[in-house]
Amino acid sequence: MNTLIQTFLSGTWGTLSLFGVTLIGCLIGGTLLAAMRVSPIPVLRGASAAYVNVVRNTPLTLVMFFCVFGLPYLDIRFGSTAAMNSFVLANIALIAYTSCFVAETLRSGIATVPVGQAEAARAIGLSFTQVLSFIVLPQAFRTVLPPLGSVIIAMLKNTSIASAFNNRELISAMRGAIEVRGDIVIPLLLATALVYLALALVIGRVFDLLERKLVILR
Amino acid sequence: MSAPTQVLFDAPGPRTRRLNTTLSVVSVLVLLGLLAFIGWKFQDAGQLDAAKWAPFSYAVIQRTLLAGMWATIKVAIVATVLALVVGVAFALLRLAPQRAISLPSTIVLEIFRGVPVLLLIFATFLLFGNDIGSFWSVVIGLTLYNGMVIAEIMRAGILAVPTGQREAAMSIGLRGSQTMRLVLMPQAVRAMMPTLIAQVVVLLKDSALGFIVTYQDLLYQVNAIGRSYNNLLPTFIVGAVLFIIINMVVAGLARYLEKRMSRKTAASTGPAKGED
Repeated sequence: MNTLIQTFLSGTWGTLSLFGVTLIGCLIGGTLLAAMRVSPIPVLRGASAAYVNVVRNTPLTLVMFFCVFGLPYLDIRFGSTAAMNSFVLANIALIAYTSCFVAETLRSGIATVPVGQAEAARAIGLSFTQVLSFIVLPQAFRTVLPPLGSVIIAMLKNTSIASAFNNRELISAMRGAIEVRGDIVIPLLLATALVYLALALVIGRVFDLLERKLVILR
Repeated sequence: MSAPTQVLFDAPGPRTRRLNTTLSVVSVLVLLGLLAFIGWKFQDAGQLDAAKWAPFSYAVIQRTLLAGMWATIKVAIVATVLALVVGVAFALLRLAPQRAISLPSTIVLEIFRGVPVLLLIFATFLLFGNDIGSFWSVVIGLTLYNGMVIAEIMRAGILAVPTGQREAAMSIGLRGSQTMRLVLMPQAVRAMMPTLIAQVVVLLKDSALGFIVTYQDLLYQVNAIGRSYNNLLPTFIVGAVLFIIINMVVAGLARYLEKRMSRKTAASTGPAKGED
């Protein structure tokens, strides 16, 4: 029993570390992609649009397959151990995939910022970078908090796919536990589901809180 | 949506125009450099050799890839149909006036919607996999998750129909089931069509998960071919292109329907978005 709990705890920790790294990565990546999408440089606009459209229409399993199995073929490896390597590669896949959804969400947020805001900012002489980083993006982020929350929760659930690519997280912990204790399959499945539900609930609460404090309704 | 991008920066003057041109050139160079780096890495790993791409001209490989593609599409079609049935059923259950019906169905819905699809597929596979095989494991896993999401979409659609419609239907003497079937449902489905199709795209993408429970879908065949011919990356690229084409066709259908709908109805339900 104790070893089972330990397995699940280390699995939960694996899921949480995948989630944490990807959360930071996809917020940065998504913001960059969204900024490129609205920039005055047509090349960057096109590149961002093409990337988002292609990766968004690719299954995450495929993206992760490419990152975890494909990149080592190209001699791209990270970390000293195999476990570290697949952790980093899985994170790259998750960030590459989730950034697209963050970027799309942010873009719809940018569209809701009243035209007057950006016009006023330009009128006092701010450049494009300043308009975006001081005026438009802060408001856009606050407007899209609710949909951003569902993107992030979806990302939490997507970390489960990393289990098929040599990563230690909840699903692989569950499979390991089931191999040892074949007699209690259903309780183990339920326990895994409960952990995911609890994590999703916590993230949902955090976003509710942020929303109540920050959101701008338009 | 184009308006805000136009107001974020001034019409460029001569200096800005020069700066923008420089930045354009620099970004083109950076992007080209990135592509060249990837190409060089491919070359370095010998993945660009003609021999690695030759297998795709073999009929047997083409047939295998097409069989994998068909397997993926088959899962997606069966799961979509079942998910729509489950979705409508659960939407009605949740809208039932009796709390004894709506409360348990809400709990079931939230549980299935809150866990990863992969967990549902695994659960079906581990519990019933020996009897029903991997195909039905994937289908049932996908159905359970997407059915619940579709139920929420349908419920939102039904609730978004103006109350006057329901009242008018009741007042001309239709029963509750008739009101639902003849008046509310058709309008809800119409309003929610783009969102429903966006969800079908999500389902289609998730069907690639079948690979993990050894269902012989497109990704499984890509893996098998790549390992036996030692050309994983070329095979992967071919498989990815096939996947992206299927998805873009369905996504394009969603956009087309959305455009058609927005011409005809004033009621807006926001942009179509799946939930994955």
